[in-house]
Order: sequence, then C-alpha cells, then structure tokens
Amino acid sequence: MLLIYCPYCEEERSELEFRNAGDAHIVRPANIAEISDEEFEEFFFLRQNPKGLFFERWRHIHGCGRFFNAARDTVSDRFYTTYKAGEPKPDVAAILNGEQDKGAAR
Amino acid sequence: MADLATATRNAALTTRGGFAEVVLTPAPAASRLSLRAGADALPGLSAALGVTLPTRPKTSALSGKRHALWLGPDEWLLIDEGEGDLMAAAASSGTLHSAVDVSHRNVAVIVSGPGAEVAINSGCPQDLSLAIFPIGACSRTILGKVEIVLLRIAEDTFRVECWRSFSPYVFGMLSEGAADAGH
Repeated sequence: MLLIYCPYCEEERSELEFRNAGDAHIVRPANIAEISDEEFEEFFFLRQNPKGLFFERWRHIHGCGRFFNAARDTVSDRFYTTYKAGEPKPDVAAILNGEQDKGAAR
Repeated sequence: MADLATATRNAALTTRGGFAEVVLTPAPAASRLSLRAGADALPGLSAALGVTLPTRPKTSALSGKRHALWLGPDEWLLIDEGEGDLMAAAASSGTLHSAVDVSHRNVAVIVSGPGAEVAINSGCPQDLSLAIFPIGACSRTILGKVEIVLLRIAEDTFRVECWRSFSPYVFGMLSEGAADAGH
C-alpha cells in the first residue's frame, strides 16, 4: 500500500484515503468565450500522459477533503513531493537532483 | 515435515455473546453540527459555541459534553452529548460561516477495551498507536468501504462516527475485528 503525504494533514496516510484528480497546473483561459475550438480542445481535452515524472492533482477525499498537487513517477509510482494547491510548480531538475543526492547518500 | 496451519472453526453465533477484548456499544443520541468557516470567524464561533475550535490537524477540543473535531483546514464536526443547541449557538456568533445540523445523519459506536485498536485497524489503515494517535486525536478516515470519523476518547476507547445507513456495516465490521482481536 502506498503512503501519501498530505500537506494539509501534515502526515503520511494510506492511499485508500485519496483519489487522483488528473493533471495539475492546467490554467483555464481568462478569455474562454473568445478562444477557438482548437484552443478549447487543447485546454479541455488534450493531456500529455508522460512516462516518468508527472505533476498531478490528488484529493484527500476520505481525510481533510482538500485538493493538493503531487510530483509522481508514473513508472515506479513513487511520490517525489506533495505541495498545497496554489503553490508554484516545483523545479523538475531540483526534484530529480534531490533524488540523485538521496541515492548517493544511501 | 512442515507443520500444517489449522484454521479455528467458529460456530455461526460465536460472537453474539460479546468479545473478550472489545466492547461495542451504540452511542446515545447526540446533536451534531457540520461547520465550515474561515480563519477570521474562528474566535467568534469558538466564543459562541463555548469550545475552542482546534486549528491543528488531527486534534479535537472538549468542553463539558461538547466535542469539536478538526476535519479539514476549514471544516469541523461538533458533537454535543448534552442538551445544548448547537445551531442556535453558531447562529448567535455573528460570523460568516456555514453550519449544517447533521445530528440524524450520523450515528456513533463506542469501541472500548484492550483490543479496541486492533478491532478498528481490521478495516482502518491509520496508525492508532498511542504515540501517533493520542487521546483527543481525531480524523476522518475509512473503515472497510465506508467513511468514518474516528475520535480517541480514552487510552482504550474510541468513538466511531458513521452515516446512519452505513451503521449496520460498521457495527458488523467492528464485530468481525473484535472477534479477531483476541487471537
């Protein structure tokens, strides 16, 4: 069972208490009524689904109920970090370098 | 040759007479309030309700017969086991908040005895050891396939709040856990 750190509960909890909520950091266009169908499709439907490091939203639905963001590896299922909704996207290089340092320390 | 593991055979009604390690009791009726409010409303609400709303995760406050449980950063569950009128108290606070009377939505089971932790952990993934989940700690979590709110009221006693239509499932699940707690 995965343990996921909830930034609001400040504790690791079982994955059973959480729900995935798709990609993080998708910004709704301010001029939504004016954009073309193609631009709307891009915003609303098209997702990257990358292999490896991925930023996504999670919800602690059976806990505090809050949405938050997580950086997860889609291959190993490992959570690199979680952070509160509204906080800036962490730097990819910093996350991966941090992991290398941890690996070297082991 | 390796020893064979042998399952213990239980008669169908073995657990109907109660359990050695755990006592399950339906809690008496109580009034309950689901409260949502921002940080600026907390002093006013705390004063009006007569109990300080906790702001740290997994903590609760107790004042007389009134519990205030932290559920989320802006969400609390209030439980009054006495005669107090929670709705009137919240309304008199003069603050911006949302209060819903959920007295009849929830029922509670009191789980007590030396096997209480084990009984709840049969369906709940949280660490309930005394160091991590001390007296007064509370959390919304899951038990089996339903959502519960858990509150530790004594070293060996928990209050398990669930929605009333789920209560037969919760009581059954806890009974199964309680039956296993002695083994």
